[in-house]
Amino acid sequence: MEIIANLALGFGVALSPFNLLMCLIGVVLGTLIGVLPGVGPVATIAMLLPITFNLDPVAALIMLAGIYYGAQYGGSTTAILVNLPGESSSVVTCLDGYQMARQGRAGPALATAALGSFFAGCVATLVVAMFAPPLAEVALKFGPSEYFSLMVLGLVAAVVLAHGSLIKAICMVLLGLMLGLVGTDVNSGVLRFAFGVPEIADGIGFVTVAMGMFGLAEIIGNLEQKGAREVFTSKVTHLWPTREDFKRIWKPILRGTFLGSALGILPGGGALLSSFGAYTLEKKVSKYSHEFGKGAIEGVAAPESANNAGAQTSFIPLLTLGIPSNAVMALMIGAMMIQGIAPGPQVMTERPQLFWGMIVSMWIGNLMLVVLNLPLIGIWIKLLTVPYRWLYPSILVFMCIGVYSLSNNPFDTLLMAMFGLLGYVCVKLECEPAPMILGFILGPLMEENLRRAMLLSRGDALVFFQKPISASFLVVSIILLAIIAFPNIRKTREEAFQE
Amino acid sequence: MQIKSPKDFWAGAMFIAFGAGMAAIAIKDYQMGNAVRMGPAYFPTVLGGLLAILGLVLLLRALALKGEKIGRFHFRPLLLILAACVAFGYLLKPLGLLGALLVLVFVSAYGGHEFKRKEVLILYAVLFVFSVLVFVKGLTLPFPICPEALEEYCRF
Repeated sequence: MEIIANLALGFGVALSPFNLLMCLIGVVLGTLIGVLPGVGPVATIAMLLPITFNLDPVAALIMLAGIYYGAQYGGSTTAILVNLPGESSSVVTCLDGYQMARQGRAGPALATAALGSFFAGCVATLVVAMFAPPLAEVALKFGPSEYFSLMVLGLVAAVVLAHGSLIKAICMVLLGLMLGLVGTDVNSGVLRFAFGVPEIADGIGFVTVAMGMFGLAEIIGNLEQKGAREVFTSKVTHLWPTREDFKRIWKPILRGTFLGSALGILPGGGALLSSFGAYTLEKKVSKYSHEFGKGAIEGVAAPESANNAGAQTSFIPLLTLGIPSNAVMALMIGAMMIQGIAPGPQVMTERPQLFWGMIVSMWIGNLMLVVLNLPLIGIWIKLLTVPYRWLYPSILVFMCIGVYSLSNNPFDTLLMAMFGLLGYVCVKLECEPAPMILGFILGPLMEENLRRAMLLSRGDALVFFQKPISASFLVVSIILLAIIAFPNIRKTREEAFQE
Repeated sequence: MQIKSPKDFWAGAMFIAFGAGMAAIAIKDYQMGNAVRMGPAYFPTVLGGLLAILGLVLLLRALALKGEKIGRFHFRPLLLILAACVAFGYLLKPLGLLGALLVLVFVSAYGGHEFKRKEVLILYAVLFVFSVLVFVKGLTLPFPICPEALEEYCRF
């Protein structure tokens, strides 16, 4: 059994004391930012990227991955106790989780979320271990035309899954693709769109864009609102769900896990989509659908399992194809590139320690998270009482130091502020930044593969439809766009997002 | 003519400006090449053109279909937060962490709803000590701690 040997290798790497420590730091940080509303994994990972430069690549990626799935655990705590999504992927958990807290059942809701997440995390780890190797093998045969079409599919999927207006999402992707082209053109050596600024001759830093568009824009947006929070901190008394609860949650957890694992793999998928999908599905199939929105425990179990499963399986396209499926994965690509690793199918064969070490660390990280989130829940609840007016200057300090340390140049902080302004304007105009970030990271890759494919085919654009794999990616993209343009289905999509 | 959906209208205008602007620069300054050997202008021109067209669709649609108003811009947090970040970057070398963080923390805190001088002072002190210990001592980032002018007098 190859998989057992591989997992053994992974355990060897992940159980080294230093990697265990990094995993712990990652999941603690993840839980922390998950609990704190207004601080997302994208901004946090972007903040920490410059610091990982000095770390060993395996340790760096283990820590960064821990932040992402750790945030899924922490996010549910805030959703249940404060009715605010700590993470965007726990939006749906607010619906029933908060109602449970109001009925004095905050404890079982928290425990359900943590146990569901843990189960999902274990299953998703296995899914990654089983599906990644064959997929990477297929991907090794990809040529430039396949890669180009795959990226088109990824971007189309990101657009389809974005909230709100389809056409705006497409525009944001295009804008991102263009911003990604700023800097020296690899083929001709020509400096593009640099406007005489030497600092962007190597391109605009991804971290700078992400921190501006997500971090700064988020903080400014939060400062606009004055919200009174009602926190159920003192009411968490008994944690353990009753026998009756267990009977009701095991099926939703299973369904959520499988749906989440599947939706996580999709390009454009991940934790957010998974939680929405699972909640909608559960509401349809559950015997207790009339209780949904009034504190149904299934409404916590299913989406919380799904978002953790989705967070983990979204590593599959990253590790096997080198293509990010969401903004966090785009940052992980950035982290790999900082370490001198070219993301793609060769990672698994050339750096098995990295690949399997990271997968196994996810399972270990989930184990740590259950401990962190059940017995130690009290600490996280205390954190919720920290006022935002202390929090955001601290976040700003970390962001500024992080961005400045990229190249020890004040220009980067100026650039971050400019993207902060752009991000704020985009929020006001209801243009989502996530598709833009994806386009930004894929811009240079797409141009490169397009050029190569066209060179190989002597300028015949039909090549993308002549190769079977490439053609099927494009056909799926077209179908997706057609479906979404179709008014009937668009309506249900809008309804799904509204729930 | 009346703008029925301001959000879409201005989003469209923004995309047209970006798309058309970047395509125009690409056409003017870089080589186009052809489909077989694409020059540096090829891909940006295609993308910029598409962006401008979609922006135009958005803009025209905003004249016909009714949509939402744009939410109010809150200039105080916006300007103060952005200014605080830029100031930090440009003050770090001359004033060191001691001075740059002071400006960053106080200016950004002033952008919030409540500003309590004592509280912000404590926050600043904590963040300064933390940054020195973690970033300068721990992660050995090459940041100056003290202002250039006072270098001789302060040692950490």
